[in-house]
Parts: sequence; structure tokens; C-alpha cells
Amino acid sequence: MEIYLPIAEVSLDIFVLLGLGAAVGFLSGVFGVGGGFLLTPLLIFIGVPPTVAVASSANQLVGASVSGVLAHWRRGNVDFKMGYVLLVGGLAGSILGVWIFTLLKRLGQIELTISICYVLLLGTLGALMMIESIRALFRLHRPGASRRRLHQHTWMHGLPLKARFRRSRLYISALLPVGIGFVIGIFSAILGIGGGFIMVPAMIYMLGMPTAVVPGTSLLQIIFVAANVTVLQAYTNQTVDAVLALVLLVGGVVGARIGTRFGMRLRGEQLRFLLALMVLAVAAKLSVDMTVRPAGLYSIASEKG
Amino acid sequence: MKRGLGSLGVLLVLLLICWGSEARAQALVADLTSHLIAITTGFTGASVVLFGATDGPGDVIVAVRGPEREMTVRRKSRVAGIWVNTQQVTFVNLPSFYAVAASRPIADILSPAAAAFYRLGIANLKLAASTPAPSVVVDAFRTALERTQQEAGLYVERMGKVDFLGERLFRTTITFPSNVPTGTYLVEVFLVRDRDIVSGQTTPLVVSRVGVDAAVFEFSTRQPGFYGAIAVLTAVVAGWLASLPFRGG
Repeated sequence: MEIYLPIAEVSLDIFVLLGLGAAVGFLSGVFGVGGGFLLTPLLIFIGVPPTVAVASSANQLVGASVSGVLAHWRRGNVDFKMGYVLLVGGLAGSILGVWIFTLLKRLGQIELTISICYVLLLGTLGALMMIESIRALFRLHRPGASRRRLHQHTWMHGLPLKARFRRSRLYISALLPVGIGFVIGIFSAILGIGGGFIMVPAMIYMLGMPTAVVPGTSLLQIIFVAANVTVLQAYTNQTVDAVLALVLLVGGVVGARIGTRFGMRLRGEQLRFLLALMVLAVAAKLSVDMTVRPAGLYSIASEKG
Repeated sequence: MKRGLGSLGVLLVLLLICWGSEARAQALVADLTSHLIAITTGFTGASVVLFGATDGPGDVIVAVRGPEREMTVRRKSRVAGIWVNTQQVTFVNLPSFYAVAASRPIADILSPAAAAFYRLGIANLKLAASTPAPSVVVDAFRTALERTQQEAGLYVERMGKVDFLGERLFRTTITFPSNVPTGTYLVEVFLVRDRDIVSGQTTPLVVSRVGVDAAVFEFSTRQPGFYGAIAVLTAVVAGWLASLPFRGG
């Protein structure tokens, strides 16, 4: 059954869209990542204009994240305080990020810069997480082995403005999450992503948050980032297709519910292992895209005029 | 097909008119079964029948042009092992949709000069580039653009697809894919004799969203900020609603 999308100006099969939404919703439910990295290229692939795909996936992300946060919250797995502190840094960072983006665009070759940054970032992150999670999985099978300390005390813990994050069972300087949010805000503005992919590992490894609390808290801040992108895109480019977003959302919320339940059954180590696997897969896909000769050398962008 | 029968009825009426004295002065008369293509939520493409009559033997060429747009074509090439967009050419004033149908291949019935002048055939569209670049480069980009548009069903050439019923009545079906751009289209009908155009007629055709889709589009362009806020709010409510039935379960 076909449905006409008023902003994208194309008719697409409604079941394909529902399926796409469900698949991406599942990922966001399990890991607390937005899934924009997957949704946007798939939408472009089935015929949605790139600008509309980017803006509309941000819109669908808002709904999927709300649904995900509610599901995690009911299980007591959202650290609201931590989420808001990260968000403060994130918003400041995204302002700087947009400025850097404009600067890079003027210098040319922004796409190349982005792709290379992305592959290096995800590749390193994925490899480190993979090693850590495999070690953790092996330790589980040897009950006699000594447990790793919860976290090492480094210079980070000497910072002022200490605050208690009850849900995360942490007593750390608030400057730490603000700083992490800031750096990720810069990256997500430049790379045009929600930042869940960088946020989730940073929460686990840098802040030392318990793995169970991470997806819900990450999704909490994705709501605000995605809402911000949606309004900005709608205002400046008129590329938000609300009909497309709504159809994706119907599939997405179902997927997110299933994903959240699935994620609850996994142990922290298993979750981190799967996440590492996915981060590496994305990095691999991006590097293949960059180095393999594309099917069509020419691409076309249409502007109304 | 109801529409087909309807058009045949109109053809009969037209036949009678043609025999009258009024129409005798005009060498070519043509009209469409509908002047509006309404895009609704279930839109999967549409077709319109063009029918008409000539005052004697000859060939007919029908060209449909969509609203003009600007398009940028980018080419990737390999830099240090990585494929990146290195070149781009922007084309201006090119039709977003172009379909041409003729009773016989255009090259067989019309002189190349006339075909070029009336811009009949995809090769004669003369897509103009606004980017300063060597003509060899522009040509390659133009070919790529024409090919992509043809693959998308937006540039169509259908030779031998204007059917004559007898010597003077003709009809053809214009088909629009589901990704048809909205706006005002011009349908041009030409009568060809002795490798030259002897008569022509232009009819407008409007492709427009109607109903819910039109409302959504209007809203998004008239009040973009408000539209964005509503889009976010709708998503939030949808996300919240979706989690309700599971509560306590």
C-alpha cells in the first residue's frame, strides 16, 4: 500500500516505512542510541530526498526516544539529574559545533573531514569497547578471578563542584558530565547525528555509570537534541515531513518497546559487546563506502526554483 | 477503462465540431480529459488522455513540460583512495518533468533545426549550466543528469505513441509517476507536415496536492517555526501514547 509524503513529494510503500521504523526503534530501545546513522541512509536509498530524510528522521527520533525513556523510567533506569547535566554541556557544545561546521564548509571538503573523523572515532571506540567487553565476558566464566575495581581514581576525581548522582551511584564533579556533553555536542553538530553512539560509551567508560542506567539516560538527552534539530530544520529548510515521521514512529515505538525488553534481559557485558560490534560495523560500512568505487559517480540534488 | 470511454465520447463530439465551419480555420484542435492531477495520500501516479483533430493528414508531436527547477550534479572521484565529490555543475531553468510523444520518431518527420528550435526530444532540451566549466565537462554532467531523470521516469520519450483514428483524429496517454513534481505544466501539441511545424497549441495542466497533504504542505511553508514545534509535539504525544497500553504489564 502506497502513501504519498507531502514534503518529500514521493509515494512509498507504507509497510516498508513501518518496518524501517521498527528496526531502528529496536536498536534505540536496546542500546539507547538514536539510530539516525542507519535510518537516514536507508530513507535516501528508498527514494526520500536527502535533506528531507535527515530532518524527518530527527522528528521520528523525538517520539521514539520519548517512548524509550518512559519504558526505561518505569524500570527505574533513567538518571534524570545526569541527563540534564549532560544536556547543559551538550547544548553549549552544539552551538560551537554549528559554528565550526560553517567554518569547515567555507573551507570546502567538509564531507571528507566528517567521514574521516567518523571512521577514526568509531573505529577506535569500537575496538576499545570490544576488547573490554570480551575480557569482562571471560572473567564471568572464571568465578575465582579477581574483580576489576569499579573505577580508578584519577585527576578527574579531584575536580571541584562534586555532586551526587543517586541513580548512577556516582559522586563525581558535575564538570565531568558537562565537559563530556560539551565535546559530544560539538561532534553531533558537525557530524549531524544525535550523538548516542559517542554518548553511550562515554557514559560507561568515562563516567563509570552502571550499564543498565545508560540507555534510558542517553535517550533522555537525545529527545532534546532531536527536538532542537527538528525545529531548526523545519524553520530554515522546510524539510521536515511530519507524515513520514509519524509513519516511521508507529513502527518505531513498537520496535523500541521490544528493544527495551530485550535489552533488560541482557547482562551489562553482553550489551557492551553487542554495542561494540555495532559501532565497529558502522565504522566498517563507512570506510567501505569511502573506498569502494560507487555504483554511480554522479549524484543529483534538486532545488526548487 | 472509464476514462478511455469518456475520452472516446469527447472525441465523437469533437469530430462533429470539426465538420462545422468554425473549426475549419484551425489546423489543429486538442484538449485533455482533465486539467488537474490531484495528489492525495494514496497517490501512485496518474494518467491523462490528450485527444484532438487535425484538418488533414500529418504527424503529431506532444510535449509536456513541468515547472522549471535548478539542479546540481556532483561527480565523485578518487582522492588518496577515498571517493569524494570533487566536481559539481549546476543546471538552471531545466524542466522538472518532460515527456514527449510523437506519431512517428521525431527524426523521421521533423527537420533537426525545427526540433532544436521547439526543443523537442530530450537531446534538444538544451539544459544550461550556470557553473563556468569547459563544455566537455558540462556535456558529461548533462548526460548524467538526463540519464538519472530518465531512470526516475521524469524524462520520457515515447515515439509512435500518438495514435491516429483514421486520418484526422488522434489521441495519446500522458502518464505521470508517483514522484511527479507539483506545479503548472504546459502541454504543447504540434502538427507536422513536410518536415516542418505548421500548427501548434498549448494547454495548461496543474499538478497539485489536495486534502490533508495540501494542508500539511501549506502549513510547513507558511508557518515553518510553528510547524516544527507541532511536529515535535506530535512525536512526543505519539511516543507517550504508544507506551500506555503496556503500563503495568
